[in-house]
Amino acid sequence: MKKKVQSHNLWATLRIERGAKEKNHLLYKPYSNAIIAKEPTSLEEEIKEIRRSGSNRDLDSASEFEMSDIFYFARRGVESIMDDEVTKRFSAEELESWNLLTRSNYNFHYISLRLTVLWGLGVLIRYGFLLPLRVTLAFTGVGLLVFLTSIIGLLPNGRMKNFLSEKVHLMCYRICVRALTAIITYHDRENKPKNGGICVANHTSPIDVIILASDGCYAMVGQIHGGLMGVIQRSMVKACPHIWFERSEVKDRHLVAKRLSDHVEDKSKLPILIFPEGTCINNTSVMMFKKGSFEIGSTVYPVAIKYDPRFGDAFWNSSKFGMVNYLLRMMSSWAIVCSVWYLPPMCREEGEDAVQFANRVKAAIARQGGLVDLLWDGGLKRGKVKDTFKEEQQKLYSKMLVGTQEDRSRS
Amino acid sequence: MGSRASTLLREEEIEEIKKETGFSHSQITRLYSRFTSLDKGENGTLSREDFQRIPELAINPLGDRIINAFFPEGEDQVNFRGFMRTLAHFRPIEDNEKNKDPTASEPLNSRTNKLLFAFRLYDLDRDDKISRDELLQVLRMMVGVNISDEQLGSIADRTIQEADQNGDNSISFNEFIKVLEKVDVEQKMSIRFLH
Repeated sequence: MKKKVQSHNLWATLRIERGAKEKNHLLYKPYSNAIIAKEPTSLEEEIKEIRRSGSNRDLDSASEFEMSDIFYFARRGVESIMDDEVTKRFSAEELESWNLLTRSNYNFHYISLRLTVLWGLGVLIRYGFLLPLRVTLAFTGVGLLVFLTSIIGLLPNGRMKNFLSEKVHLMCYRICVRALTAIITYHDRENKPKNGGICVANHTSPIDVIILASDGCYAMVGQIHGGLMGVIQRSMVKACPHIWFERSEVKDRHLVAKRLSDHVEDKSKLPILIFPEGTCINNTSVMMFKKGSFEIGSTVYPVAIKYDPRFGDAFWNSSKFGMVNYLLRMMSSWAIVCSVWYLPPMCREEGEDAVQFANRVKAAIARQGGLVDLLWDGGLKRGKVKDTFKEEQQKLYSKMLVGTQEDRSRS
Repeated sequence: MGSRASTLLREEEIEEIKKETGFSHSQITRLYSRFTSLDKGENGTLSREDFQRIPELAINPLGDRIINAFFPEGEDQVNFRGFMRTLAHFRPIEDNEKNKDPTASEPLNSRTNKLLFAFRLYDLDRDDKISRDELLQVLRMMVGVNISDEQLGSIADRTIQEADQNGDNSISFNEFIKVLEKVDVEQKMSIRFLH
């Protein structure tokens, strides 16, 4: 019975795979939906230009303040109202053309009968055939993981245990990959993370973990949950050392740092997997990396993950959907198609602090994945922006007003 | 199925907005998309909080004044028409518009209306005059804590002195226009659209 289920799923997977690979060369053409053109000029440049064009006096005595200065702030403000770089990262990416999933249907209205029929057929196939198949597989995968890791936990520590643990983890994650019909292309496997290192990747969804862990063994880091998640976490840690924190311990940065560095120092332990953005972003950009993991001082193995949005949007908008809802949506999409690039390992250089190192790694990941490299904090999804940024702007402008006074006193 | 607010824009509404603001069909639909994505409450209007959620606007020293420009006196919600009417001020001035029918009402993106938008950023109490006090307050918003009260005061005094022509120690809209007569307002207060 299981063989039949698996072979049906295999057929479905192969069909979709072939389709995906044919379009491979066009896979990640970024869809630019920008409304307006933004000039990348600085505050100083622009205000000087405005003043120059309206200057009644000779240019030697540069003025301190002009009423026209306000034009700069007004225009920048309205530009950001029409289109800004941050708020659109927290909702699913817009597609160029419809992929027959209602959930991606933002601006497309009823077009033709034929399209509706196609869509209806799609619904039947996805919900009637693919979804039950995948849910079965998912349960199988997770069930096996919990069961087998618990058994392995009974073995004494040693090479046999590690070997078996590896095999079990890989097998179960691969079943889960099939359960999502994830078609993954791994690039540059020679750079795969090694023991004693930290693997960092951009974060789009919880599926990222499954994708990476089905190609290599990692020590996971995270908070212990209750419920089914907690059961899975507790049994996983019996087979090999993952780093789970109690809710109270998460706030203690020193404790977290200590446990992480203890782990990487033990070369027999697996590389740690961390997502430094701290939250899910919609896979069009990489946002600020939290510096914690970059302070530890071990080798960092950057990984870039890019999903193809045409087959199914993998982004988890946690303010809109819960985890179960999200997983069901994933399993009723056509497929999850993505590319994983293992980038060459990086180390903190002399004279570079953790923040600069983090930005360097982030830039490398953004470049490889074709994502926009942003300095904004992913925490802006839920929180307010810090006042310090506004104060920086005010300082810059003040320099323009006060600076000219100093010049005048000199002459 | 998703829970998208399915209030798609009707064709008649698009035509009306087109006539009023001069935006093209595709620009209107794109901006409607933007409007709905900002409208977290999904009730067809934007509140001040919806604007403040945009980080780039929140860090703009005059962010609050700009947000205020969208809300008519005493109101706390702005609908799509109002949204577009305010944005229309930043449309670039096209050449063929300059020779338009002189009896038609002035377009929202004319030079005078662009200047009026800027004037209203200064005019806090909407009494059509920029007093010394108002100028000081706006200056304070732009410079933060980096300049002393005295220095700021002298900047304000100097500015009013140069602009004021009728001696009432405040700047009227006409005086404002006069001061800025040589500035390239058309370009500096316009946003270029990609479609």
